[in-house]
Amino acid sequence: MPSSDEVFSKVQEALVEALGVDEDEVTPEATLVGDLGAESIDFLDIVFRLEKAFNIKIPRDELFPEDILTNTEYVKDGKVTEAGVAKLKERMPFADLSSFEENPAVQDFGQLLTVQDMCRYVEGKVQTAG
Amino acid sequence: MRWFWIDRFTELVSGVRATSVKNVSLAEDHLHDHFKGCPIMPNSLIVEGMAQTGGILVNEWSDFRERVVLAKLARSRFHFPAAPGDTLTYRSEIIQLGQDGAMVSATSHVGERLQADADMFFAHLDVDHRAGESLFEPEDFLNWLKILKVFEVGRKEDGSPIKIPPHLASSETAAGGNAKGAEFAANRGSKP
Repeated sequence: MPSSDEVFSKVQEALVEALGVDEDEVTPEATLVGDLGAESIDFLDIVFRLEKAFNIKIPRDELFPEDILTNTEYVKDGKVTEAGVAKLKERMPFADLSSFEENPAVQDFGQLLTVQDMCRYVEGKVQTAG
Repeated sequence: MRWFWIDRFTELVSGVRATSVKNVSLAEDHLHDHFKGCPIMPNSLIVEGMAQTGGILVNEWSDFRERVVLAKLARSRFHFPAAPGDTLTYRSEIIQLGQDGAMVSATSHVGERLQADADMFFAHLDVDHRAGESLFEPEDFLNWLKILKVFEVGRKEDGSPIKIPPHLASSETAAGGNAKGAEFAANRGSKP
């Protein structure tokens, strides 16, 4: 089982290679979209690199639950409903959604995910796989 | 428009690697338009050649059913310019294959010298994205694959030859055999 530092180091390496950013930019608090400039296609690239680095499978929609964000049952007037937020929390226990809950605009969702969230997600997957 | 940036495949091992060649000729217009008085092969077109090699390799893995596009050039380096008379050998190797696409490592060599290397990411277009539309007409696509000798050199990992998938073969039958020219070209060496 890799330590948290080892997980961070491998996630950092994957993000440096996928996004062409400097190592010191990839801090735990950095957001993938806002701070590191990730675009939608980069997420596929990142997923591939993480799968390879940790020998895990990352199913579609697990890291980025687009199915919830495009479901009219969970989204009203561009905002995620209470039920939708609950669903997101259930699906993404690795992410801190507290600030998103205050103003759950769908368009801001992509800005949420941090490097730390990604490390937590990977740690969970590695534990399950182990 | 004929957007062919490789001349033919010399190896294809299903799901693993592929090799193709591109002969650079002074007769190609783009060599002259790149830098006046200094005819060299544009690196962007070398990337396209490497991408066509890798893209067909990735696409073969799904029996040519997925719509595969070059989504991202994650890294590329060029070590020296390719000149008229050079034969570029493009090698692509699959690093990772998944339901959404594939990561491919690619190189370009002139003889033994490494001319370029790149990491590429290919994506499968979503089922919903322009649903039902093919990137190519199946008949034209099959013809192109034949011209490139994909089915002549293509092998599964166990060494057995790859076959023309039925969905492409039927398009040829339905269209009345447009691929005859490709077959003629493919057989030119075995029939005097």
